[in-house]
Amino acid sequence: MRMSSSSTPSRALLALSLLLPAMAWAAPDLGVAQKQPLNWHAIGMFFAFVLMTLGITYWAAGRSKSASDFYTAGGGITGKQNGLAIAGDFMSAATLLGLTAMIYGDGVDGYIYMVAFFVGWPIILFLMAERLRNLGKFTFADITAYRLRQGPVRTMAAVSSLTVVCFYLVAQMVGAGQLIKLLFGLDYNVALVVVGVLMMVYVIFGGMVATTWVQIIKACMLLLGGTAIMLLAFSQFGFSFETLTTKAMEVHKLGQNMLSPGKLLADPITAISMGLGLMFGIAGLPHILMRFFTVTNAQEARKSVFYASGIIAFFFNVIAIMGLCAIVLVGTNPEFFEGGEVGGKLVGGGNMVALHLAKAAGGNLLLGFLSAVAFATILAVVAGLALAGASAISHDLYARVIMKGKASEEKEIRVSKIATLCLGVVAVLLGMAFEKMNVAFMVALAFGVASCANFPVLLMSMYWKGLTTRGALVGGYTGLISSVLFVLFSKSVWVDVLGNAAPLFPYTQPALFAMPLAFLAIYVFSKLDNSAEAQAERAAFDDQYVRAQTGVGAASAAAH
Amino acid sequence: MSNPLYENIKRDPRYAQLVRERARFATMLALLVIGVFFAFVLLVAFVPSVIALRLTEGSNLTVGIALGFAQFVFFCVLTWVYVRRANSNFDPRNAQIVQDALRKS
Repeated sequence: MRMSSSSTPSRALLALSLLLPAMAWAAPDLGVAQKQPLNWHAIGMFFAFVLMTLGITYWAAGRSKSASDFYTAGGGITGKQNGLAIAGDFMSAATLLGLTAMIYGDGVDGYIYMVAFFVGWPIILFLMAERLRNLGKFTFADITAYRLRQGPVRTMAAVSSLTVVCFYLVAQMVGAGQLIKLLFGLDYNVALVVVGVLMMVYVIFGGMVATTWVQIIKACMLLLGGTAIMLLAFSQFGFSFETLTTKAMEVHKLGQNMLSPGKLLADPITAISMGLGLMFGIAGLPHILMRFFTVTNAQEARKSVFYASGIIAFFFNVIAIMGLCAIVLVGTNPEFFEGGEVGGKLVGGGNMVALHLAKAAGGNLLLGFLSAVAFATILAVVAGLALAGASAISHDLYARVIMKGKASEEKEIRVSKIATLCLGVVAVLLGMAFEKMNVAFMVALAFGVASCANFPVLLMSMYWKGLTTRGALVGGYTGLISSVLFVLFSKSVWVDVLGNAAPLFPYTQPALFAMPLAFLAIYVFSKLDNSAEAQAERAAFDDQYVRAQTGVGAASAAAH
Repeated sequence: MSNPLYENIKRDPRYAQLVRERARFATMLALLVIGVFFAFVLLVAFVPSVIALRLTEGSNLTVGIALGFAQFVFFCVLTWVYVRRANSNFDPRNAQIVQDALRKS
């Protein structure tokens, strides 16, 4: 939409580059999408998916009794299952649609960015996965508050978690509404209510068990659908990379330049800052971190990242081939252009490339399947986000900060369910309020806060003995506030949303600047803290370290 | 306030050895990933012409695509290497240390 609404190809590229984070990480920013005629294949398949997931929720409700069932599926998810769920959380509708569109529009640039999206996973495996499982229980604040003062540290973790969850949720909701309007011909507000209600049902009745299985089923559907389309499309080129790329370069507007880095990578600072934010942002997203507590032990946590990495690497390459095939199969077919004018505006907008390819390669049936997958993807991701937000409210704020650990399990779960309800309502209402706005900045904010507030505190609490409450608080809030301010003063909010003439901060990605600030603040304020409390906190590191290393004392899986 | 079990583990010289080896191994792998990736990013940012070079005359396989694909494969292989060593080497040693400490306390 956004891409094709620009008047010239170069402007379109520029617009795309500014939107890149949104396209790849949130639901796609489709601008204001046109309503499409009802797509019965898609609606039928989506109903089948919803029925199946509601069945799972019913089954999960029967076995979700304790707080541990609700937050972490009783710790009974296997590494393989969790790997699929993590990959599912990571590969949103936007990854599928946005990255296919990026290869279609920019050639090799899209592939370079895929590498950057992927590279965080091996790092998480080597440095964090096992420790997260050994130290955490329900939320990542269990780790940061492990040897620090519970009240203020958990409050900070909850504030930054909720900031991430809310921005991310709203961005997903707006994208979801646009996408569903486009795919199913449903009214925008109706689409939001459908997503909101289903999300609340999954989380409130089925907790983490249902949320995880919805995510696993969706990940399988996505892998299956994507691979099928890739194989069908690639077969038209005899599975030859040479034939495919030669034909693609013949018809692509960039020609031979398709293989050279282009506009997307013109500004190294933004590229590096975004790379940092994405790489370490993953390790600060509460709904991803929560996944590490759902497995039995550190060994399974390790296995889950191993599987997730493999699945993500495989799927990114599938998407790359899909994008290349689309250049020829979609890009030269008048059926997919408005008014039948090849090279003009794509029907439904730039992010529809993957769906057009599904139709070109496999007809209406495959188009319907992929549309249903896109909808399912949105549902699964928002359910995970809502659960993460609700547990920050109930487990951190209510049970630990307000009740000081004296709340009963039933009450904590009840608060969590009420919180889910509230988050769902807020997300739907904000989604409606932001319908016509460019929500790209919300994703930058979510990743900014995740990488600059959550990640530094989490990493230091696991690795640095010298960390104290004061250092964690000052550093965490520094990261939180500075990343929010950097985004606020950047072009995407200061100019695009607030309508000022020039941005106060020249880059749209905060990580390169706010993350070092947070680390510095953590270091300096911990060093300056020599109170008796700080010394006790440092002394407690050794035992924490033994637990992190050996798993002795780690929260165990519930007996099921 | 320290747990006696933790004290026993800390006193075990095999524990210190395991922690040191594991940290060295994990850090080495992480630095390898970061090094390779940022070398690639710097190449793209400052010598973009190299990215479009063909590996062989007349082929469309460029340095950029080959390096990108090689990274996907290489990083996946590294995760496999890590998991394999952790499963076959670190985990049994860890279990032994914990078991012995439990017996002592």
